[in-house]
Amino acid sequence: MTALLRVENLVKHYAPGQGLLSRLLGQKPRMVQALNGVSLEIRAGETLGLIGESGCGKSTFGRAILRLHEPTSGSVRFGGTDVLALDPAALKAMRRRMQIIFQNPYASLNPRKTVAQILAQPLRLHGLASGAELQERVRAMLAHVGLRPSHAERYPHQFSGGQRQRIGIARALILNPEFVVCDEPVSALDVSIQAQIIELLARLKRELGLTYLFISHDIAVIGYVSDRVAVMYLGEIVETGPARAVLHAPQHPYTKALMSAVPGGGAEDRVRLLGDLPSPMDPPPGCRFHTRCGFATDLCRSTVPPQRALQGERMVACHHFPETPP
Amino acid sequence: MTEPLLEITDLRVAFHARHGKVRAVDGVSLTVAPGECLGIVGESGSGKSVTFAAVMGLIRPPGRIEAGRIRFAGRDLVGLDAASYRQLRGRDIAMTLQDAQTSLNPALTVGTQIIEVLAAHGEGNARARAVEMMTMVGIPAAERRLGDYPHQFSGGMRQRMMVAIALSCRPKLLIADEPTTALDVTIQAQVLELIASIRAKLGMSVVLITHDLGVVADYCDRVAVMYAGQIVEAGRTADIIGSPRHPYTEGLLASVPDLHNLDRPIRPIEGQVPDLIDLPPGCRFLPRCPKARPDCAKPVPMRAVGEGRNVRCVLT
Repeated sequence: MTALLRVENLVKHYAPGQGLLSRLLGQKPRMVQALNGVSLEIRAGETLGLIGESGCGKSTFGRAILRLHEPTSGSVRFGGTDVLALDPAALKAMRRRMQIIFQNPYASLNPRKTVAQILAQPLRLHGLASGAELQERVRAMLAHVGLRPSHAERYPHQFSGGQRQRIGIARALILNPEFVVCDEPVSALDVSIQAQIIELLARLKRELGLTYLFISHDIAVIGYVSDRVAVMYLGEIVETGPARAVLHAPQHPYTKALMSAVPGGGAEDRVRLLGDLPSPMDPPPGCRFHTRCGFATDLCRSTVPPQRALQGERMVACHHFPETPP
Repeated sequence: MTEPLLEITDLRVAFHARHGKVRAVDGVSLTVAPGECLGIVGESGSGKSVTFAAVMGLIRPPGRIEAGRIRFAGRDLVGLDAASYRQLRGRDIAMTLQDAQTSLNPALTVGTQIIEVLAAHGEGNARARAVEMMTMVGIPAAERRLGDYPHQFSGGMRQRMMVAIALSCRPKLLIADEPTTALDVTIQAQVLELIASIRAKLGMSVVLITHDLGVVADYCDRVAVMYAGQIVEAGRTADIIGSPRHPYTEGLLASVPDLHNLDRPIRPIEGQVPDLIDLPPGCRFLPRCPKARPDCAKPVPMRAVGEGRNVRCVLT
């Protein structure tokens, strides 16, 4: 399969708000290192699941590749086009092909617009339809995501959480994109509704030939929707590979700890993580995971582990695992 | 059988809204034995949190306990005067809330907040006890961190701080309302194991309110499943998760992806939770139930179906 999206060495540093005192003293702000050289490819037609704890940079990654946040450095190529080099007009045209679904359907829909207006806006902005054709495309999209034609004239607050997420999905898909970033699309929903939205996303992917980057902290959901997964820790990718292989036989100690923390597998023989996620303003040297890793050695504390390719299209960034690399 | 620590009988709680009466809890009966961990599972609006807000004496107008009995350690709690309730809360029954971020006072140090509880219940040497509790929940350098404000703690640490405050007076019952929902799985496991180990050490009872059946499977002896203000199924955890009898429980189990069994297809429950103002007279799950039949439209009582197991369904 060919790569639809190829990301190389993507870096995103944020300057956090500076206090008055440190500004007066002329101190340099400490940067939040949200992404620290991330390389990933997403293949046409696949779902790549991106997992990691909150604050690891997974949402920043989803936004940086769409340039909703400008990356600090690196390269993003989408179907051969260098996304980071596009001028504003070309970027706008590119956004037709790359869309995003947000986590919180309550906050991401304009409360003062009707559903019809929300769905018509992308088509108007891109000059893709008007008049009767526009109305028809809005109606067809509503039906596609399982909403009724009568819903078009209602406002977001008149819908339940699950229905609102359907509106968010409709808005992302009405431009016929090829690639969609699904940023925690089911995390705010009740479990019985979660399954409805997961099924809807799977059906739309089949029917419309979409490619997804699916970001979630819920590992079971990721396991269910993904073809391949990437595991992120403090702004770096620590492991990638086919979803089942990585989730059922994780190699990186961080992935192992994540998997064993998933409820339902019994509370015994867990790989425990020590302490909390370090601050991305002050990430540990060497392997970023060494402060919480039960297997860390001096090598881990001083040297960044190389990304090692394993059999079966897998990659692990660890000095010690797997113990006998192929 | 030993006397239950907590016994709720036919509890009804309603909120009077402009459009009518919201029947949030409608005839809930349950017991918690000493030392037991009971899981309460349900989605938003199922009444799981309101039931235990009633136990804590926290129902305020427009909410009202309309009927029912809550007995705790031999005392009736419904109608208990405010002063007696204050004596009870924190000392005998403690509760941790879902969102540690908003449940801790941002303007007070964590030390003040935990010492306040100990002092209110006349615990001597509150400061030493506070440090002891914080150390027990795994907050490093507790002595020094007493002077920290909640924003200086990470999400997991704040949740552990709430557990420390809740457990500081060694309550007989801990009500943990979605203690891990806002947390990452790794921290979630830490907090749940902490609660489990303290439960074992102090012999306290725990009510774990959650929407996560995996959490229930790992930590609870028994479980009650709630839907639209009622318990629809209750019994031993292994029985209920292994062979659910109520179609809603079945639906819940089938709708959650299982990391340990990814080949099992997930099946959503169609439709939505009913409006609690305008409830169907019969089974509340009827409009969404794949197995519904005509007699489901009549009120359905809870029925015993085997040892310690109850189901509210005409099919069983």
